[in-house]
Amino acid sequence: MCGIVGLYAKTDSVRENLGKYVGAMLEQMGERGPDSAGVAFYADSAIAGEASKVTVQHDDTNQIDAVAQSVQTAFNGVQLKRRGTHLVIESTKTPELMEQWVRESFPDVRLMSAGKRIEIYKEKGHPSEFVSNYALHEISGSHALAHTRMATESAITTSHSHPFSTGLDLCLVHNGSLSNHNRLREKLLRAGIRFETDNDSEVAAGYLTWRISQGDSLRQALAAAIRDLDGFYTFAIGTRDGFAVLRDPVACKPAVLAETDDWVAMSSEFRAIAQLPGAENAKVWEPVPAQIYTWEGEIRDGVAA
Amino acid sequence: MVSFDLADNPVRELNQHLHAAVSGKVTVNNAGGKHSIAVGAIGNHEVEINGNVGYYCAGMNSDATIRVNGHAGPGLAENMMSGRVQVSGNASQYCAATAHGGLVVIEGDASSRCGISMKGVDIVVKGSVGHMSAFMAQKGCLVVCGDAGDALGDSIYEAQLYVRGKVESLGADCEQKEMRAEHKDKLQSLLDAAGITDIQVNEFTRYGSARKLYHFDIDNASIY
Repeated sequence: MCGIVGLYAKTDSVRENLGKYVGAMLEQMGERGPDSAGVAFYADSAIAGEASKVTVQHDDTNQIDAVAQSVQTAFNGVQLKRRGTHLVIESTKTPELMEQWVRESFPDVRLMSAGKRIEIYKEKGHPSEFVSNYALHEISGSHALAHTRMATESAITTSHSHPFSTGLDLCLVHNGSLSNHNRLREKLLRAGIRFETDNDSEVAAGYLTWRISQGDSLRQALAAAIRDLDGFYTFAIGTRDGFAVLRDPVACKPAVLAETDDWVAMSSEFRAIAQLPGAENAKVWEPVPAQIYTWEGEIRDGVAA
Repeated sequence: MVSFDLADNPVRELNQHLHAAVSGKVTVNNAGGKHSIAVGAIGNHEVEINGNVGYYCAGMNSDATIRVNGHAGPGLAENMMSGRVQVSGNASQYCAATAHGGLVVIEGDASSRCGISMKGVDIVVKGSVGHMSAFMAQKGCLVVCGDAGDALGDSIYEAQLYVRGKVESLGADCEQKEMRAEHKDKLQSLLDAAGITDIQVNEFTRYGSARKLYHFDIDNASIY
């Protein structure tokens, strides 16, 4: 069992309070996943014009201090944000270049995410501790995805926690368990996809990364996932401008969608959505199995592309 | 009348009140998607719940009349024994699972596995039901005024299924049946009980067990 929450803001007020709302939703999902928690926020960079964001993490904060010092020496005009064991590096360089720099300069530091708008924070421990330790209420943005984990298939560590990056500005959270992940991981390793853990959900993330690198749209990659992934899943996928939701055809894992004039929300359970202003009058429905739902400013649903 | 505000009070206080075999009106406000609301009620309580409820609302109900003004999460009225549960919105998966008796009315849609392993409950859904509804259903009636999803009535025993709309597919050992006078009478009584007046029994098709899977038969190996 795990918990998923997603929130897409339609108004400035919700954008400003995004972290506060997502934190409240996440706490409600603590019982579904007491082992670890994580969140992906999407927000424009503080740097005007073309800018990139890369989030890195290390359990030893001295390592993060070293990255912070080194990146300021290596690049002009970077902006840094520290949060828990994480560091967000914003710069005018491309995300690919910054990713490469981190990998080469600090091979032991974890790359959590890269892109133009995404920031990922995750940590083992109870979700309510995560919400307060990471001061989620301070964070604003256009949309966010978050996850609470009850580990079933692999160990409880920060790197086994969700969300998993699946490429630039893309991330995945998963409630369920995959049964063909070992075979699929071997195939993806041969195709050059990197894995940090033996986690089944990371394989789903790697699968999407691989499909998209082969030229698939997100919708096409998800349609292929219905065919190639065996197991139980409710997935939520964060994109630069919104998020997508997909349930497996048997659909044992729960999911609820809700919408008002101010927001679109997704969760494993309504009690998380009930924390949002106006939830009592929201349109609430359950996503249909094996159907891909996406939000990018407007709701679109339909059969697989 | 007794009233519980779940924004301020634990669900347990409400449930302990309902476990005392008394009758009376109970109003529940700010359900907020909480789990196990009005579970294990005994006696002729009339419970009205305002807001959406989470997992397992009205489970194991005996005799109480429970109305939800909102949507219901997974496992509504699971293992209900008697009484009545009515939801103004939709019900999530495995509604009325294993329920032995009473009546469940869903005014919206019910999701997958509605009436799974039902053992005598009657279920009336004004909208549609999802896939694998009435899976291994043993006794009772499932009435669907809309459509039914894939594998309706898979491995069904003696439950009766009435569907007004389209059935995506029938499960193993479930087949269309003749609608005789006694079935029309039963269906009419269920529509009446659910307060449905604008739908005619002639619009429904009956489905039930082909009774080929009761005992192992090597000739049926391909459909087990």
